[in-house]
Amino acid sequence: MTEALLAVRGITKAYPGVVANSDVSFDISPASIHALLGENGAGKSTLVKAIYGLVRPDAGTMTLAGRPHAPASPREAREAGVAMVFQHFSLFDALSVAENIALGMENPPPLRDLSARIREVSQDYGLPLDPGRTVGDLSAGERQRVEIVRCLLQNPRLLIMDEPTSVLTPQEVAILFSTLRKLREGGTAILYISHKLEEIRALCEKATILRGGRVVATCDPRERSARQMAEMMVGGALRAPARAEVPVGEVVLAVERLSAPSPRLHGMPLRDVSFAVRAGEVLGIGGVAGNGQDELLLALSGEMRVAPGMVRLKGEDVGALSPSGRRMRGLLCAPEERNGHAAAADMTLTENAFMTARMRKGLTRGGGFVDWRGARAFATRIIETFDVRTPGPEVTARQLSGGNLQKFVIGREILQRPEVLVVNQPTWGGGCRCGGGDPAGAARSGRTGGRRRRRQPGSGRADGDQRPFRCPERGAAVPRPPRGGAERGGDRADAGWSARNGGRPCRLTVPPRPAPACSRSAPAGHGRGAGHDHP
Amino acid sequence: MNLSGISPVLLLASLMVASTPILLAALGELVAERSGVLNLGVEGMMITGAITGFAVAVATGSPWIGFVGAAAGGAALSLLFAVLVLWLRSNQVATGLALTLFGIGLAALVGQAYVGVRAPVFARLDLPVLGDLPILGPILFRHDAVVYLGLGLVAGVWWFLHRTRAGLRLRAVGENHDAAHALGYKVQLIRLGAVLFGGALAGLGGAYLSLVRVPQWTQGVTAGAGWIALAIVVFASWRPWRLLLGAWLFGGISVLQLNLQAARVPIPVEVLSMAPYVVTILVLVLISSGRGRAALAAPGSLGQPFHAAR
Amino acid sequence: MIILERRPAPSRLWTWATPPLAVLMTMIAGGLLFAALGKDPLTAIRTIFWDPLFGPFAGFTRPQLLIKAAPLILIATGLAFGFRAGIWNIGAEGQYILGALTGAAVGLAFYPAESRLIFPLMVLAGALGGLVWAMIPALLRVRFGTNEILVSLMLVYVASNLLAWAALGPLRNPEGLGFPGSRNLRQWASSANLELIPGTGLHWGAVAALVAVCAAYGLFARHVFGFAVRLAGQSPRAAAFAGISPSHLVIGCMGLSGALAGMAGLFEVTGPAGQISIDFAVGYGFTAIIVAFLGRLHPLGILAAGLLMALTYIGGEMAQLQLGLPAAAIQLFQGMLLFFLLAMDVLTTYRLRLKGRPAPEPSSAAAEGAR
Repeated sequence: MTEALLAVRGITKAYPGVVANSDVSFDISPASIHALLGENGAGKSTLVKAIYGLVRPDAGTMTLAGRPHAPASPREAREAGVAMVFQHFSLFDALSVAENIALGMENPPPLRDLSARIREVSQDYGLPLDPGRTVGDLSAGERQRVEIVRCLLQNPRLLIMDEPTSVLTPQEVAILFSTLRKLREGGTAILYISHKLEEIRALCEKATILRGGRVVATCDPRERSARQMAEMMVGGALRAPARAEVPVGEVVLAVERLSAPSPRLHGMPLRDVSFAVRAGEVLGIGGVAGNGQDELLLALSGEMRVAPGMVRLKGEDVGALSPSGRRMRGLLCAPEERNGHAAAADMTLTENAFMTARMRKGLTRGGGFVDWRGARAFATRIIETFDVRTPGPEVTARQLSGGNLQKFVIGREILQRPEVLVVNQPTWGGGCRCGGGDPAGAARSGRTGGRRRRRQPGSGRADGDQRPFRCPERGAAVPRPPRGGAERGGDRADAGWSARNGGRPCRLTVPPRPAPACSRSAPAGHGRGAGHDHP
Repeated sequence: MNLSGISPVLLLASLMVASTPILLAALGELVAERSGVLNLGVEGMMITGAITGFAVAVATGSPWIGFVGAAAGGAALSLLFAVLVLWLRSNQVATGLALTLFGIGLAALVGQAYVGVRAPVFARLDLPVLGDLPILGPILFRHDAVVYLGLGLVAGVWWFLHRTRAGLRLRAVGENHDAAHALGYKVQLIRLGAVLFGGALAGLGGAYLSLVRVPQWTQGVTAGAGWIALAIVVFASWRPWRLLLGAWLFGGISVLQLNLQAARVPIPVEVLSMAPYVVTILVLVLISSGRGRAALAAPGSLGQPFHAAR
Repeated sequence: MIILERRPAPSRLWTWATPPLAVLMTMIAGGLLFAALGKDPLTAIRTIFWDPLFGPFAGFTRPQLLIKAAPLILIATGLAFGFRAGIWNIGAEGQYILGALTGAAVGLAFYPAESRLIFPLMVLAGALGGLVWAMIPALLRVRFGTNEILVSLMLVYVASNLLAWAALGPLRNPEGLGFPGSRNLRQWASSANLELIPGTGLHWGAVAALVAVCAAYGLFARHVFGFAVRLAGQSPRAAAFAGISPSHLVIGCMGLSGALAGMAGLFEVTGPAGQISIDFAVGYGFTAIIVAFLGRLHPLGILAAGLLMALTYIGGEMAQLQLGLPAAAIQLFQGMLLFFLLAMDVLTTYRLRLKGRPAPEPSSAAAEGAR
């Protein structure tokens, strides 16, 4: 075996309440593509941040090309030849491509020379870029090119890529892979972080698997199946989610030719989206992140009003109604971001329960006064029914783990007996995943699911929600990176089912009784939006 | 009423002078806001600069040293703000208000000894030849050095922000502090520098009021100029050259209303003296409602606290 | 090196411990300041904080406490709603002036008639005046997205010019021998807002302040409006998701604070001030901002903070008379108090920890969250 380019030995890093990395050791060979695998929260991000100088480990050493590597800042890491393409948070929307690239370089040449270099390098690697454009106007794939070119201009010895394909279309992924292979041929080592096992099998020659902050396995991904690697990641056997045919009922939610501008700067407008959801049916909405899923949720929840006739609930036009009005009629939503959107972080669970349930649960009395006792009782019921791990309803939402808060938020809506439930990214919670980190957790979620099915007809759907969102054509559940924060939550979903369905929404029907219908959005790793296309 | 007494040339010339304090303060605030810090304490820093500048000038007999003292005074007050906001993570809006209240109190206390004292005269720079030009001479070339300093600083700030690497970093920090941190830039230190610069310029602006414009110490000498400066930054969409335009607009209005008062126009004096404030509101409305909405140009991280996990 | 570490939840202990600590720190810093001014710091502190309540002239100064605290509490209670929701009405001073102007104008329209209905009508007009003045920034923000901080503040300067104009022009006492200022409203039975119980300082303004505190407490604790305000302040997106309209909230909060500030102005002009005059506005609207923060934007806290701030006003005046302490020192003192409070606030949401010390035991919830 050749000498390692980067040798990591015994890296340990603890945060208050959490040990992110515990005695992590592995080697990266020169001119290789090395995968770092693990669920969200397994400690991948902390580890690469340590290599890149953003985090200082509590213990352990690193050696880069035979020399000790202990960067105190990203600048030192860059000087040592380490470059990193971030998953998020590293571009400046209001600045130009060239300015963005200059910011990531140690000694950038004058802007004019730099622009010429950018053109040159980006052409060489098949990643065309216009240095003068404002980054905020670029597509997700183009934005990533900016980051990659920024790294390439520094001729790095080690390139770290954190979830690079989460926002790319299949075509863009293909270009990226050929770029990475070209780089490997040129002698650059690449540390590739992903959940997407098929990608890793296609690209990498070695994989280090992390679980709970520890290295649990090292393997050659070309020799393992995706399922085997997934099981190493979660430390247990994967179960295929059950699926049953049920009769579907009437159309409850109809979206017709929905077009609306995005309320956010650099957001994605909705263009001509149409679909219908029947009672007892789960409709999946796929697509690359940032292609209007968030806007669609806002348009359905009522946070964004739309023109008449575009959104109908049981035949009634609800497009002009406020979120409260829609809730009253049975259209309930659970947004993607739990803290700060679906729930207020510094409010208690009782208050968070009251937040959306005040009308359907009759939690206000005459004159607009709050029935706090009723709200507390409702919160307690959510906690009990959905097995939310918390000392009680008077705890703030911030104190709950991601998965527990997710259970609370989804449970809050389900217990209000929705006619239609819209769920955005339901599986990114830590605790409500199929075959979760520990086998006990998996059993638990199975049990709750069963219990709920008995109590609440139709909520078995939520049980389905806890499992991987799967495509009928695919054999294994494929982990998929989430949108948003550096390490937000774990989920695996189908990669590419909507694309395979020819861009049309595919229907996943689910067990029991009639209503409620579920519409859930999960930006898939590949493929385009369901009802509209990227420009 | 005698409108013929109002000479357009003199009006434009005094406009240059009247706009200088607001221009200086707004320019400092622009840099601070470009780095992502909203410092609502401009009024407090200005009035602190006004009194320290005045006191130092009286003590040393030199207006120049007075201006240096004013810049130091404004910067010292802004340091207080920076420590609270950047390291103790207090709310930027509340802390800015506190800074204003504190600064006004401080200035009033220190200023008691200086009521009625005359400031040393700050000489005008009559530029030879240029100053003798008809019309343009009096408008552009017969002012004191601080007027030119203000104009030079506009160009300097523009050059710094858009043509230097340090300026690019400052804009990057204001645009997205998480990304800047991820790239290894010292967000807090860059912001500290920007806030201190803002404080120093606000101090200069204040001293220009007490040493040149008025020129004596009176309580509340700034009379809301700091707030107008804040408004001008929004008006200018955070761009230095448009800032100059805004400062001239407000300088023009305050000079015009003073001239109208002197000309005994049959409008109550009070109505005339509200004019600058009313116009500020109108301009704010126009700028925030138009197609090029001002909010769109605001630095991405403006006013948001930054907490880096290490 | 000391580093900050976010607490899982804001500390309740520190939330209420920081205001007294800030007062203590202000006393120490103030003492140093007084020493620097050549005064005995202990005497100065005693004169400001002790003598107004228990000193030789306490019989005269104690009633002053309620008189000064009433407008502060009334205004700060209103401000607390907006501040909690992230709506920054800092032009309460202007709304206070407008309340006094409209209230006095409506009252004087009936002069010299006598009727029990005049005073309530004036109160209503005052509240309406403040409300209308606050609606300007509110509506501009809702309709055009204009920054309410700047607009409400600009309107303070407009209001003080209006005040000067009214005192010299339309509201000037026709029998005042040409002196600026309106008729004396204290000396007109129909509008006089005098002490209800002699020797206590309790006038209608103080009653209104107490009612406002109780009502605000009820709204925050038990009413949907209070809940909406708190939710919007903590998480605007969650509030939008819950169906709370940001526009309604801006109008509600600004309107409420404007009306209360206007009422405070009316009670002041009919009582302690007595007439519309150029120097009617003494900065209660700005001091109330300090009161609101010092009281943690909580009605009961505001009640205590208002009384404390009134104490510094009275004590400051006494120190001015007895020790020759400059009037501005008290203003500085109040600003300092707000600074210390904001600086110490860090303790409620963050824990101080020495760098390098091991983290506390991982709690089960956090560990699960990390997985």
